[in-house]
Parts: sequence; C-alpha cells; structure tokens
Amino acid sequence: MSGPRRITTGLLTDASRPVEFSFDGRRVRGLHGDTVASALLADGARLVGRSFKYHRPRGIVTAGHEEPCALVDLQSADGPAPNRPATIVEIADGLEVVSQNRWPSLSFDLMAVNGLFAPLFSAGFYYKTFMWPGKAWERLFEPAIRRAAGLGVLDRAERGQQTTQPHTEEPVHDHTDVLVIGSGAAGLAAARRLAGSGVRVMLLERDVVAGGGTLLDPRWAAWRTAALEDIATDARLRVLTRTQVIGAYDHGVFAAVETLPPSAQGGGAAASPRERLRVIRTRRVLLATGANERWIACSGNDRPGVMQAGAALAYLRRYGVAVAERPVLFTNNDWAYESAVALHEAGVRIAAIVDPRPASAAAARATAVGITVHHGAMVTAIEGRREVRTVQVARSDGQALTTIQTDGVLLSGGHQPESALATQAGGSLQWREDLAAFAAVLPDRLGATAGAVAGSFGLAAATRDGEAAASRIAAVLGSTRAPDTRARSGTSPTDAPPADPETSPLLALWEVPGRGKAFVDLQHDVTVEDIRQAHREGYTHIEHAKRYSTHGMATDQGRIGGLLGAAVLAAARGQTLPEVGLPTPRPYIHPTTFGALAGGEVGAHLRPVRKFPAHASHVALDATFVPAGLWLRPLVYSQTPGWEPVLRESRAVREAVGVGDASSLGKVDVQGPDAARFLDYIYANRFSTLAVGKARYGIMLREDGCLLDDGTTSRLGERHFLLTTTTANHTAVLEHLEFQSQVVHPEWDVQLTDVTDQWAQFSIAGPRARDLLQRVMPGQDLSNTAVPFMAALPAHIAGVRGRLFRISFSGELAYEVAVPTDRADEVWNALLEAGRPLGVLPYGVDALNTLRTEKGHVTTAELDGNTTAYDLGFERMLKADGDYVGRVLARRPGLTSSTRRQLVGLRPIRKDAKLVAGAILVDPAAPKVNIGDVTSCTPSVLVEGWVGLGLLAGGRGRIGSRLLAVSPLHGESTEVEIITPHWFDPENARVRA
Amino acid sequence: MLRITCPHCGVRDEVEFRYRGDASVQRPPADADAAAFVAYVYERDNPRGWHHEWWYHAAGCRQYLQLWRHTVTHTIHAVGTATDTLTPPHGMVDR
Repeated sequence: MSGPRRITTGLLTDASRPVEFSFDGRRVRGLHGDTVASALLADGARLVGRSFKYHRPRGIVTAGHEEPCALVDLQSADGPAPNRPATIVEIADGLEVVSQNRWPSLSFDLMAVNGLFAPLFSAGFYYKTFMWPGKAWERLFEPAIRRAAGLGVLDRAERGQQTTQPHTEEPVHDHTDVLVIGSGAAGLAAARRLAGSGVRVMLLERDVVAGGGTLLDPRWAAWRTAALEDIATDARLRVLTRTQVIGAYDHGVFAAVETLPPSAQGGGAAASPRERLRVIRTRRVLLATGANERWIACSGNDRPGVMQAGAALAYLRRYGVAVAERPVLFTNNDWAYESAVALHEAGVRIAAIVDPRPASAAAARATAVGITVHHGAMVTAIEGRREVRTVQVARSDGQALTTIQTDGVLLSGGHQPESALATQAGGSLQWREDLAAFAAVLPDRLGATAGAVAGSFGLAAATRDGEAAASRIAAVLGSTRAPDTRARSGTSPTDAPPADPETSPLLALWEVPGRGKAFVDLQHDVTVEDIRQAHREGYTHIEHAKRYSTHGMATDQGRIGGLLGAAVLAAARGQTLPEVGLPTPRPYIHPTTFGALAGGEVGAHLRPVRKFPAHASHVALDATFVPAGLWLRPLVYSQTPGWEPVLRESRAVREAVGVGDASSLGKVDVQGPDAARFLDYIYANRFSTLAVGKARYGIMLREDGCLLDDGTTSRLGERHFLLTTTTANHTAVLEHLEFQSQVVHPEWDVQLTDVTDQWAQFSIAGPRARDLLQRVMPGQDLSNTAVPFMAALPAHIAGVRGRLFRISFSGELAYEVAVPTDRADEVWNALLEAGRPLGVLPYGVDALNTLRTEKGHVTTAELDGNTTAYDLGFERMLKADGDYVGRVLARRPGLTSSTRRQLVGLRPIRKDAKLVAGAILVDPAAPKVNIGDVTSCTPSVLVEGWVGLGLLAGGRGRIGSRLLAVSPLHGESTEVEIITPHWFDPENARVRA
Repeated sequence: MLRITCPHCGVRDEVEFRYRGDASVQRPPADADAAAFVAYVYERDNPRGWHHEWWYHAAGCRQYLQLWRHTVTHTIHAVGTATDTLTPPHGMVDR
C-alpha cells in the first residue's frame, strides 16, 4: 500500500501505479501523483532537513509552495536541481532526492553544535561579527560561512552544460482582458461567471489541478466539476495549471512560470522540469490567491512533526495520507477544526484539540463526534528531538494543565491573505480585526480581489465574492453579451455550492510565553527573541527589523510567520499591528530559476549578432572575429595569436595596399531643403559650405559641450547628405539627431534615414590603392584632378553601382567604396583579386588600430564622453558664428582650460618596452599623482618599438618631457616620451599623393 | 513594465522605448548665456506626481513621444508626438 501511513484513497494519487524513488540513498515507494513530501509522509518519515543557522532537525510543515523547511536537492539523468520544495516536486521512477544542509548525514549533523552557541548567532550576527580585518572577509569568513550556511548546492560542471542542454522553453507572451489568478472557489466562480461573456480570460493555477480549497472538501466535488465544464465551453477562456505567477508589474503586466507536466517531458525523472516563462498583459486582474495558514510562536514549534493544520487535511484528501497516528491540534480558530474532524472520520485518533477560546461552534461539533477539546488552553512547549513526542498544555493563565503524548502537532494561528501580488500591482492592505489579518484590496482601474485574499473566508462566501468581482469587471470592460445560460453557479440542484459551516470568531494569538526557542521564521531560524533584539538595537521599522533579523527573507518570504514577527515587533513597540504593517514583497514572490527567466537566450543566443554583409568572405579568409556591440568585426585574417599577423597586414597598407571592411560604420541619409542648415546645427564645424561631390570630417558635441562623435559626412546633392558615425556611437547619434530634428527644430524640413544595413563599405588603403582601384574601375579617371582628396562621387565598382569616397583613416592614399549590401561579397572578392599582383592583403580592426594610432587619429578610446574639442586639438573647428549643439557650454572655462587632459603621442624610451592600454601616466617626481592615461597603443610598423596615444593633463605643454606609464595590474612601469600625436606625415603628403 | 500607446504603432511595451527625460524644459535661444544652458542641460525637478516627459520609440517608429506620467502610480495621462499640444492632467500646467 505504498507506505504505512497511507490510510485511504487520495484525489491525486493512483493506487495502481507505484513509483519508486530514493531519499538520501534509501529507496522509497510512492504512488503516481505523489509529491516527495506526501510519499515520505506515507512512508512514516519525519526528519527531512536541517535548518539554516542552527541545523535543527526539521520536518514537513506545509503541503504546498510556501514550504520553509522541506527543501531538497534533486538528481536525475539530466542534471541536479537544488532547493526544491519537497511539497511540490512530483515523484518519478529513478528520481534521486537528497536532503540539504547536513554534514555528514541527516540524523547526525555535526553542525548542530551551532545550536549550543545560539547566543552567538542572534539577530545581526553577520553584521556584528565579521567586521574586520577586511582581508579576512574574503579569505576566511566568507568561504566558511558559505560552507556552513548554504542550502542547496549547484554543480559547476552541470551549470556549464545548461547552455547546451537548456531546461527551458521559449518565453511566451500572452494578451488577455481578464487575468484570474487562483482557481479556488473564488477564482473558479469568477471564471465561470465570465465564460461566454465575450471577454478573453486566462485562469492561472499553480497547483497540478484546478480547484484550490474545493479539492479538500468532498461536498464541493459536484460544484467544481460543473464549474470546470462551463469554463471549458468557452474557447476564449484559457486555463493553465502548474503556472506560478511570480510578479505583478505596471500597466497590467504579470510574469508567470509554467512548469510542463511530466508527460510533456518524456515522463521520466527530471530534476529540473521544463519551465516556460509567460509574460501576460491584461486589462484587468482578478486576484483569487487565497490565504496562507499562519504559525503560532510557541516553544519547539519547529520540531519535525509540527505542521500546518490545513496541510494535514491536504495530505489526507489529496494523497490519502495520515500525517500522524495520534495528532494534537492547537488552534485559535474554527477553520482548522476541519482537519481534526476529517482525520477522525478517516480513523485517526485525535489526541486532543487545544484551543485558547472558551467555546466555539466548531469545538461543539468536534466534541459531538468524541474528540477531546481543551478550552481556554494553550500549548506551551512542543518536545522531542528528532520528532515530536509530547506537548505541554497550560491554561491561558499559565497554570500547567496536562502533558499529551503525541506524534504530530497541527498548528493554526489563523490565515493571512496571500497579498503579495495585490501589493505589487498597486493595491492596498486593510486590517481586519475579525480575522486578525490584512486583507488585500485593488482599485477598480487595476481589477479586484476576491475570496480569502480579500478576507472572504469560507468556500461558499468565496464563490459569491468571485462572482460579484467578475460581474464588476465585466461591466467595466463593457461586456455586452449575456453570459452563457449554463454559466451560472448554484442553479442546478446537483451543483449548488454547499453552505459554509457556522464559525465562531477567532482569538488573535501570536505568541505563547514559554522557555525554549519559539520561531517566527522556520527557514532562517528567526525567533521571537531575535525580533525583540532587533527592536532593542534600534531596528524598529518593519523593513529594518526584517533585514536585521532576516525574518521573512527566506524562500517562503514570511508566508507562514511574517505576521507573527510583525506582531512581536508591534508588541515591543507598544503599537498595533496596522501601525507596524507588513514589509513590501518584491518580485519574484516564489523562487524562480535563472533558466526560466533566460528561456532560450543563452550562449550564442544571448544577443542577436550583426554580421557584415561580406561575413562569408571573411570566414573564408580565416578571419578571427571580435564583437563590437552586436557586430562581429574581422579582427585579423589569421587564427595565429600575437602581433605578427596584425603587423603583416599593417605593413601591406604602408608599403603596398590593403583592403578592409568598414561596413559597421553608422550611415545616416540626411535629405531635405533644410539638410545643410540641420548639419550646421548638429556639427560644430560647417557643412553648408561643402560642395556637392565632397566629404568633410566633422565633430559633433553634446549640449553640455563635450564631444559626442566624429566622422566624415558627404554631400551627395544640394539637399542630400550622407552622414557617418563611429561603430560604437551609431545608436546614440541617431537618437541625438532625431531629438534635435523632432523636438528642438521641428520647423526644419529634414528627413533622416538609417541606411547602415543597406550599404557595405570597404576601404582600399596604401600607396598602390589607386592602381588597385583602377583595375576594378577601368573607365574611371582616378587622377587627383578627377578624384581629389575628400571627393565623394557616384561610381561603378567592379560593375556594381555604388559610391566612391577618397578618405583616409590610415594616413595613406586611400579610398572607400560603398556598394549595396547584396553585392558585398562580389565586390570584396573583386578587390582582393584585382590587388593580388600588387601584394594586397585584407586587414582587420587590429591593423586599422595600428595604422590610425600611428597617424594620430582618435576613436572612441579617446572620445570617451569627457573629452572636448579643445582637449583633442579640434578647437579651430568650432564655428565662430551660427548656433550649434553644445556651442555655449563648450566655451565654459572648465572645458577649455589648458590644464585639462589633452591628446598626446607616446613613445617608450626603450625600444623593447611595450605600452599597456589603460596604463596611468605619472611624473617620476610625483609618482602617486595620476596625470593621464594611455588610451591607445600598438607596436609600430613605421618606427622601432611601440607607439601610443594618451590623454595627459596639460599635455601639449609637456611635449618633449619624459613620464612613466605604470600599470600596477600588469606590474609594468615604462618610461615614455611625450610627443605630438601627429608625428607621422604631418603635411598629409601620402594621403594627397 | 509600462505600456505606452504610441500614436503611430499602438500599445507597445516599455522595452521598445528609451526614456529621454523632462519634456517641460526648452532649449534657450542661441544668444542665451551659459547659465540658461546649464539650467537646460542639468537642472530638473523631481516631482512626486505628474511629470511631462519624452519617450523615444527606439525599437519602433523612431519618433519622440511626449506624455504625462504619474511618478507614483505610473498612470499615463496622454501620449502625443513631439509637435502635438497635449492637455495636461487636471491641475497641471506645463512650464
């Protein structure tokens, strides 16, 4: 019968399908439909884990998602998964379950010695103890704490594998009119009311089946079946089970994680079930999230065998399991009596019910069936080391009453509405004295709460509440169609909702005075004393007390003991609970795997990749690629590491000819009657005077006066320009241009079109560049007269219609050709083929960097967002007249000072010394003062040794001096000479050749 | 996550947009002094309540949208293009 404690038939378990799994190496038999927890309880297990701080023995406390203690590691063929609540993991043949937080074994845990030093581990322990010295934290304290205190363990090798074997599906985006969260009595009734009304509805349930609390009361089976049948008739109403909403966001956006059922995963044991993130956008939300049964802070309330009263009912109804042979119920409310009565009717002997109230309706019913009820009494201590053995009962005035032998204590301190999503969505909490709880309320513009979360306790009350909320929402959404005639609850005699039993009011009870530890947070081992200590030490705000004591910061987020801690704090402050409040719950409200959030966006799929139009040709040339933003740029056409291949490409450009791919440059087509005027406003230098057929180098500033970007812009027609940006700043520049055009000068007639992806652009650079180009442009006059420096002309290149620019970044005679993207490979290969007799080599980004550093051209290494035109020696480019972006603030004294960091050239004194980008420049006479840094550096093909560029305080005034370039990270210190950045061909003779 | 109704593209997720800040500040005339430009570039109110702001539909129509957003509730009052004249929320006046 799969476990001695399985006493009846469960709603979810299939007695004909036994399943065998292992727990800490021991084989356990359960039934199909069991969770790890229900199978272990059926097997008679008590101790399933050790606590976080004191390593106290712990058992199963809940029957659901809010489980604080029974967290386990799972192992299966597809890898491990840590920190899974045993109460929701479904068993499967071959699943290996391992308890957590014990060493060397669960029943004999050496770390339990921590419990003897409990005063050391009190609130604020981490803050107080590991203060100094700083180094000890990294080397000693942190590793020790991690080894001692961690919960589950992630396997490193397996984490690496997840990129190739993802356990997740692609995220799904949903749109609906009404999102109903929770399929208990309120949620089902609401969805049933909306069925057929014409609005789109999604009903989400985190349980494996819909039904919520109705699953625990056989009288509700007929109603539930009828409601689900009505719901199924509406194709616009979708029901998703195993779907946990993890966060509520603005404007009706919700995130949920759907766990696929084992049948969708091959049916075998899977430690990490396949999960799917759902992002749901809804017009209204109807929160029917129910309530959590809360704990009572009494001594020993963490012993294995102490459980929520409602959980005991769930194990009986859902899995046919009696959690104890002679349990004691300790309750302050009537709802919990149902657990004792149901167990009694199933043949379990109830040792006693302990109730602080003098009498109640439920107590009368229990007494009538022969259960002993101790009125006006409280449990003052729960005793037993590895499992519950006895409870001490006293009268409310403290007078000892009796000692009861028992093997299980069912606790119920009342119920706290599951309000986390309501709070996140923008709702509020209202204190309900009659429930001693905060009920959640949502404003109409967001939706509604219904059922227990709204403070309507009882299944019948919840259905009425759910229907009313659904009707209000349908009216707001303007649903005109009448609901389906069958979609009415309570009209047929067979499916009428049963009446709720008569209940007497609860008696608020948070803490029972006594000796020994009384916990308010079972997972983080926070006791009532820790809360009082936090208060004594000044952490009196609920949010401060939470962080100081870690109360409510565990995976269950205080669902069971959160209100208890707040009540203890309120008593310490001498205030009421509504004055103290609850801490704000943040997303995610349930532990969520990174895998579920990442979906398929892992490894190579993390980000989209932009490939050059001629990417295939670069691959064929054995290029090594470097990511630049989303782009993959050819770094060097070799797989050999080191500088040798880079310098070979650079020499080809200096001595013969090279061909490079510059297609990632941002290209913006600017057209319109006011195009020239617009560019005069965008650039610090002038473009309206540029002749058609010519290009000009330009610098643009931000409004604060610093440089935004640079590049060449060509005039293709009277009203037509082509603007280029650096690869790195393309997006920022486009956004800037649009802002200036749409917002600042909407009266100008200018059209901006991003044509970056439409054009491939190749540079042909080197003394033989003209020879090469002539071979692919046979009829074209390429003389200095026809195509002078800075020409920009339409042209046919290798038979392809495109554009020809005579611009140079390398300092050599150079051209750039632009051709439509789909002709890129063809033209690229034609250029290389034509250049073969001339000694052409393709060159990549590294060689380009060598060439431009030698020439003294800046890139984004120097345009770092802080540099100004004055810093880089561009001050003569600033227009004297006419408005442009950044004009006024660029002239601020602080931005024009000659003491600022200015662009300089660098050369090591020793020719065998290298430079390191990022190295700090210091004066040997004051070696602790950072006066600049190395921004770019490279071995040179023009001169012996390395050369570089840097930004140096008062740099132009230091030319000729010697400084140190130090890089403590690399352990390097190099003496350098400060030189002009434009030491190579300052007359531009080669460029103009 | 905000959902912004773009006049060109319809209701779109916040992730498609880039926030561009206070829409109530206006660029001073070209002959204004540095103090006026410092105010334009750097000085911002940080209201608890309604805020007039720019949102750039970067992954959509590439248009700058102006809207009024409530900084506490994230309610969006109205959305328009850069040259539209928006009616401010009740009791609000644009600078």
